[in-house]
Amino acid sequence: MPVRLTRRSVLGSAALGGLGLTVAACGAASTTSELPSGAPTTDPEAERVVRFSNWPAYIDQAEGDEPTTLDDFRASSGIEVVYTEDINDGSEFLAKVQSPLEQGRDIDRDIVVLSEETAQQFIERGFVAPLDYALIPNAVNLLPRLAAASFDPDRRYTLPWQSGFTGMGWNTALLQERMGVDRLDSLDQFFDPRLAGRVSVLSETMDTMGLMLAWAGFDPSSFTDEEFDSTLLLLQQQVDSGQIRQVTGNDYIGGLDSGDLIAVFGWSGDVLALGEGYGFGLPESGGLVWADSMLIPVVSPNQASAASLMNFYYDPSVAARLAAWIQYVCPVQGAQEAMLDVDPELVEDPWIFPPDEVLDACYVTQALSSERTGLLDRAFDRVVST
Amino acid sequence: MVAVVPTSGVSGAPAPVAQRSSRTGYLLLFPGIAWLAVFFAIPFVTLFLTSLQQPVPGKSGRYMFGLQFSNYSDALAEYWPLFLRSFLYAGIATLLALAIAYPLAYFIAFRAGRWRSLMLVLVIAPSFASFLLRTYAWKTILSDEGFITSTLNALHLLPEGRILNTGIAVVAGLTYNFLPFMILPLYAALEKIDPRLIEAAGDLYASPITAFRKVTWPLSLPGVVAGTLLTFIPAMGDYINAALLGSTGNRMIGNAIQINFIQFRDYPTASALSFVLMAGILVLVFTYIRRAGTEDLV
Repeated sequence: MPVRLTRRSVLGSAALGGLGLTVAACGAASTTSELPSGAPTTDPEAERVVRFSNWPAYIDQAEGDEPTTLDDFRASSGIEVVYTEDINDGSEFLAKVQSPLEQGRDIDRDIVVLSEETAQQFIERGFVAPLDYALIPNAVNLLPRLAAASFDPDRRYTLPWQSGFTGMGWNTALLQERMGVDRLDSLDQFFDPRLAGRVSVLSETMDTMGLMLAWAGFDPSSFTDEEFDSTLLLLQQQVDSGQIRQVTGNDYIGGLDSGDLIAVFGWSGDVLALGEGYGFGLPESGGLVWADSMLIPVVSPNQASAASLMNFYYDPSVAARLAAWIQYVCPVQGAQEAMLDVDPELVEDPWIFPPDEVLDACYVTQALSSERTGLLDRAFDRVVST
Repeated sequence: MVAVVPTSGVSGAPAPVAQRSSRTGYLLLFPGIAWLAVFFAIPFVTLFLTSLQQPVPGKSGRYMFGLQFSNYSDALAEYWPLFLRSFLYAGIATLLALAIAYPLAYFIAFRAGRWRSLMLVLVIAPSFASFLLRTYAWKTILSDEGFITSTLNALHLLPEGRILNTGIAVVAGLTYNFLPFMILPLYAALEKIDPRLIEAAGDLYASPITAFRKVTWPLSLPGVVAGTLLTFIPAMGDYINAALLGSTGNRMIGNAIQINFIQFRDYPTASALSFVLMAGILVLVFTYIRRAGTEDLV
């Protein structure tokens, strides 16, 4: 199993935002296409390029001589793609591009993939171009379940790139050694003293607090400040007792791998990509399901090319190839059938094509105003950092 | 910043040569001053103005000009424990680095002979790898399942049962990462010492310890001061070691600045924290230099 970098961020997002640049630079060096520069242009003749910014390891990569999905897009459309893995943290990315976007300057990107929270902030600030669905006929393949998002009810601005779960991941051998079980089913087990100092939670407030709220018996898709505060106290106890070793971005993968972390709050595709010896599951009290969104900045001069790229990834056979590689939940209808030709073993994979009962048992975290997000982030950080 | 410029003659009738050299003096200063203005003075003023900004009502994450001095008291009230912790960690790391670096620098300066250049290269060699990668390597070295931790655990020497993600790991990382900045100035100071002075001390019946105390140590003080400053100052503001090697209770002030700038986009608080950190370091450094009495040594 090749070691894959994982999505969201190779480094912890909150803890290490500043370092993201270093890693982004590496990612850019290794994955940017041969095109010398993606200079913006308004010349329609020259609009044959699309600059695509994504999270690390969130797309299929070349294995031997097999063309990647991006190679196929280049070949079939004649549009050049400048692909950069330079998004490591949503807030950090927003901070980086906010002032050029406010001044209406090109940000050298035509498609970006962002989490729900960040996409909402982009839309609220008027940074996103409405999608021209005439250019994206394949959008009819969007799973009906994802057809509406709280922050974008009619999918006017965004289309899901991939969807996934927030739940628990574990190192099976060490879990067996400490607890005598080979899987975790509840947060009661996660907070068992036998795992003291060997578990981590996520630095993204709503990922961690969503799981905690559900555990406390509240509804992560609709909760009050009081409910949040009382749940935060539960987290505080686990921090104070030394149960929680670290608050991580997706560097929990390294911790699971080295054995420093036995159990983690994590994202499905990341943990599943580790392969044998590691497990992923949703707590009985409820896991979280989310979808990362593709969007086109309103300042992009290459919006038509960007729309063609979106259209390409909503072709079921392309979506199946992508899902087979990154192991996140595929948002495209028909991809499950197309998966037969790609990798028959994955057709019934519950983490790529989850059955309805799994999805129904999951929460979608509440969409919050930027103001409230800021307050909750601070309250959360106060608990985990001082 | 006061420039030392040759002044013209006192007679009021300056010699043309002196005049020319005075202009040359200013000209030579220009690149340095321009550099300082663009990359230090302007950002410094901007940062200060940012630290006093107030939020735009009704627009979260947006700030406008203001004179909100409460930004400072609020930031301090929330983050003072992190200042203390940073001071403690950086202080311990500096002392450890001095304890490790002094014998090594002494050896290289006086005993290494033909190995001297090689040893100096070896001191610098780790810096060829990125700071970040070296800190990541410490995660592997100190891992719970690794050799060091399991050995120490077998001897029951670790109260927490681990090294990684504790304060010890953060201090160890700081010490390691800034060690070359301690060794090099120490070496430069020690290397300048005339060995005949030490011989003379011996001839005058000083024991080796007395000779060290009365001759070597005082003469190496400029190196000690430079080394401790070059170690302490960056260690105090560092956030990478705490982020990678620390746990929830080991964050330093750099982490608070980082998260306020990048995560919360609370620029005023982050700027206020940066300013307090800068002022604090400045006061510490001045006190230290005065107490060390090294103005005439440096």
